[in-house]
Amino acid sequence: MNAPVEFIPPRINVEEKLFQDRYRVDVGRPHIQVRDPQACKHCAKPCAVCCPAGCWSVTEQGGIDLVVDGCLECGTCRLVCDHDNVDWNYPRGGFGILFKFG
Amino acid sequence: MEKFDVIVVGAGPSGNAAAYTLAKGGLKVLQLERGESPGTKNVQGAILYADALERIIPDFRDSAPLERHVAEQRMWLLDENQSCTGATYRDARFSQEPYNRYTILRARFDRWFSEKVKAAGALVICETTVKELLRGDQGEVIGVRTERAEGDILADCVILADGANALLGERARLRPKVRADDMALAVKEVLFLPKETIEARFNIAGTQGVVIEIAGNITHGMVGTGFLYTNKDSVSVGIGCMLSDMKKQSLTPYQLLEGLKQHPSVKPLIEGAEMKEYSAHLIPEGGYKALPQLYGDGWMVVGDSAGFVNAVHREGSNLAMTSGRFAAETLIELQQAGKPFTSGNLAAYKARLDGSFVMADLKKYEEVPALLHDNPHILGTYPRVLGDAARAILTVDGQPKRDKQKQVLAELKGKRSLLGLLGDAYKFWRAFR
Repeated sequence: MNAPVEFIPPRINVEEKLFQDRYRVDVGRPHIQVRDPQACKHCAKPCAVCCPAGCWSVTEQGGIDLVVDGCLECGTCRLVCDHDNVDWNYPRGGFGILFKFG
Repeated sequence: MEKFDVIVVGAGPSGNAAAYTLAKGGLKVLQLERGESPGTKNVQGAILYADALERIIPDFRDSAPLERHVAEQRMWLLDENQSCTGATYRDARFSQEPYNRYTILRARFDRWFSEKVKAAGALVICETTVKELLRGDQGEVIGVRTERAEGDILADCVILADGANALLGERARLRPKVRADDMALAVKEVLFLPKETIEARFNIAGTQGVVIEIAGNITHGMVGTGFLYTNKDSVSVGIGCMLSDMKKQSLTPYQLLEGLKQHPSVKPLIEGAEMKEYSAHLIPEGGYKALPQLYGDGWMVVGDSAGFVNAVHREGSNLAMTSGRFAAETLIELQQAGKPFTSGNLAAYKARLDGSFVMADLKKYEEVPALLHDNPHILGTYPRVLGDAARAILTVDGQPKRDKQKQVLAELKGKRSLLGLLGDAYKFWRAFR
């Protein structure tokens, strides 16, 4: 019988997806913050894998970089963090993601 | 300071059901929503269950923005990238009015529902995030603090319809923090296609629609499911997995979604579509055992915020609307009897839930989350064995069928011992009976 086709994880630029979404960014007032950046250095950083908007990325120094502009406000990063290191709030009223279809 | 009978936090299905019912019942209601307009923060697959809404707005079909009625349901088991084993249920009676289930787009639907809430007499204020609950001397909830200047507002009861993250209850220490073990993360795209293309590809006409619920190795061993729903001129495609599983592996949610979209059984259905929105949402799937305290002095919790999701049947919005209605009816009854909104009196809300399908269904499947959590092979091994068996039997290559049967059984035994098989069957029967 035919050999199985190997699954190759697709390379996806999530920013292209987020480009279709509508936002009202609260400039200079990020609704999510890292409590202690030092604590991230020795962590497996599940936030960087699980965030559906790619807001979290591992830096060359092994730390974490957070840019909340594309946040979909799901709450995943708060729950996957083993160190309770994510200070997570909803954006101010009217700011953040604005779903057209939901 | 202005005082209300009730403040409802959130304008999703549970909050809207509560606010609408309360306003119709003559209570002074304030509903607060953080979005620019109701629906702009809300995400669902989405299937609307007519029964739950009909009990609140009997003539909703005359004005609600409905996409398609569900004429056909498919259940698919997909492997990572090759095969699809499935079942289809199509019934002409599903296409007889009044229809039982509809596909919807939540941003449009929630805006419509909110207009009904306002028309019923509730005050709805958007672009307002509630920061925390206000407490009285005895710890009772007496109102909410918003982010606005002079943003404290008082009420005799606050209904928490603030969604899956349930931040308000947690911050007020009315409940523990929701756990990654009890939450699924779902991502979704809305893909636009001409109406005629959708009708041709799914073999439907008029307002008919198709719902496809998808399980199998598309989740790469994680506990989770996918879906594909037809709307009028778009298709909603999504996939969700338990957060506790997601954090242990390396595929991102958008890679999982792309894997589903590229699957040879899905790809031709969405070929050429224009993606117009990408969204994500948490779904509380912990079931009965993960339910928090549901009421207390001056407060009740409804919908996703309470964890009212039947993960086995992919139902949530009906439990949300029903819990919102029950909370409202409880308050209306108490007010008419001249009774205060104390914890003892609000226990009537829990009694209503206990006497309904909401708790009956959650209780029926209370063992399922633990079963799947402890036996992740169930969602991976069996779909694969089923697919392999179908391929072996259906490939005509001169090999006798008896040999093929033996080969199928040998493969199954290779993946799972006889004792393991019996154990799985027993656990399944226990969890789903």
